[in-house]
Amino acid sequence: MMSLVAQLRGKLAVKAKPARGKLGDPVFSGLVFLAAFSIIILMALMVYKLAQVAMPSIREFGLGFISSSEWDPVKEVFGAEPFIYGTIVSSLLALIMAVPLSLGIAIFLSQFAPRWLQSPLGFVVELLAAIPSVVYGLWGIFVLAPFLGRTVEPFLSDHLGFIPIFAGPVYGVGLFAASVVLAIMILPTISAISRESMRNAPREQKEAAQALGATPWETVRIAVLPLARPGIIGAVILGLGRALGETMAVTMLIGNRPEISASIFAPAYSIASVIANEFAEVTAGLHMAALVELALILLVITLLLNLLARLLVQKTGSRALRKGGR
Amino acid sequence: MAGSITTNNLSASFGDIRAVEGISIEIPANKVTALIGPSGCGKSTFLRCLNRMHELVPGAHASGEVIWDGKNIYAPEMDATAVRRGIGMVFQKPNPFPLMSVADNVSAGLRLAGVRKNKAAMEEIIERSLRMAALWDEVKNKLGKPGGSLSGGQQQRLCIARALAVEPDVILMDEPCSALDPASTQKIEDTIEELKSDYTIVIVTHNMQQAARVSDFTGFLLTRESGEPGRLVEHGTTSKIFTMPDRKETENYITGRFG
Repeated sequence: MMSLVAQLRGKLAVKAKPARGKLGDPVFSGLVFLAAFSIIILMALMVYKLAQVAMPSIREFGLGFISSSEWDPVKEVFGAEPFIYGTIVSSLLALIMAVPLSLGIAIFLSQFAPRWLQSPLGFVVELLAAIPSVVYGLWGIFVLAPFLGRTVEPFLSDHLGFIPIFAGPVYGVGLFAASVVLAIMILPTISAISRESMRNAPREQKEAAQALGATPWETVRIAVLPLARPGIIGAVILGLGRALGETMAVTMLIGNRPEISASIFAPAYSIASVIANEFAEVTAGLHMAALVELALILLVITLLLNLLARLLVQKTGSRALRKGGR
Repeated sequence: MAGSITTNNLSASFGDIRAVEGISIEIPANKVTALIGPSGCGKSTFLRCLNRMHELVPGAHASGEVIWDGKNIYAPEMDATAVRRGIGMVFQKPNPFPLMSVADNVSAGLRLAGVRKNKAAMEEIIERSLRMAALWDEVKNKLGKPGGSLSGGQQQRLCIARALAVEPDVILMDEPCSALDPASTQKIEDTIEELKSDYTIVIVTHNMQQAARVSDFTGFLLTRESGEPGRLVEHGTTSKIFTMPDRKETENYITGRFG
């Protein structure tokens, strides 16, 4: 093990000149290397341990685990499909609602807001991120869900009910309510990070557009957004990551029914919610293995999305950074 | 025939700080007018007042008149974006849109103005603008490459082509060569010489040789004491300003005694 560490260190560490007979430098670089390397070890251990505990379920159900929708702890039959569906759909719905609003906030704060308004307004938006998710859940259950069930959902159902996703009875609590709360929760992340990257748009670029007779919106479109795109994509992915893993508020609002319905007003279930709801009553055996496999799936979904985002950022961003001259 | 510009008692400030004050100058059509003066004398600020770019800086304000083509550009009914389309600008630091292709950079202003043209007509405008900016031969095979991939001198000529494509009346140049090497500077000076048959050009420069080489008229701006706003000390034909200026300050500056 040590020799492996030493070997890797030789490969990765910045070649430093040996300080005149002093131990400080190698000790320091060794320590920071270990600190960084410990992350990789932790990650690998976690995946290994999860896979190990989940093994009975993986053996029993195989790939069918992902595509089966039956979840019955009594009969010991487990399928993850409704949870995967609920997790992904609630997060995507949240993104659809949060991204346009966040970009609007970010554009206003970074380009148009008068200076005296920028920090207070930005601070309030960031405060949204500081509210504990259980508080969001409580507010969602007592205020938001009844409100949606009384107003927005019947309205959509009456006027757009011919589209299956808006059809069916409205309950208030359900996939849609969970998505709305998720959207509010990820709003500060997306708007704060996109605002920063928009704020970094060089003044010369804006002046170039303005001198050509661009209106304020056109200036944002051609001189601010292209260079801020990598930052915006990163912000959206961070928001998505938060939405995928959010547990408390979703559990309180999504309805906790492992079913896949066409309607977004119907109750649903998410991976994080079922884990939170069932881990306390599980003893051992297949039920436990199935819950841990769900955790593993959530981890893989998140990792894949982050990877995808990284690729996207590199593809659109590297050109901007290489050629942008700044 | 391009238009002329006349300023009457033009003053500009940033917040409470006056940058230039009381400038009245006539900028004749189809000539090159150079503005010279030591750093901080307000010549760039004055230039940016001529196409209403100055007011885009938060807290900035301009007063007085700028008569272009018989109309005061600061009159309430004037549209600032239309003014900027008619009075183009080239900046000190080359600022093409780095991710846009060379061709799209040139046509950006037209597309912003909502000009709809077929592909062939657009390509013709792009080629003509790039030729006028003496850049066509160097980029004709890489029109699809991003604007940011060109060299600094090419980028600046791309910016000139971009300004020309919207067919402005006047072109303002704010120290266009200060970030460039001598060879690129030479090319841009040649371009300026070519352009004046179609355009009125105002160029701010730090480089007195450049002013002497390219301009027909020269204005000299000066801040008498630090903290004071810049004022126009003298203006006239370039040959007069550089050989027998009326004012002592001008002569001192021209002969390199300060600044």
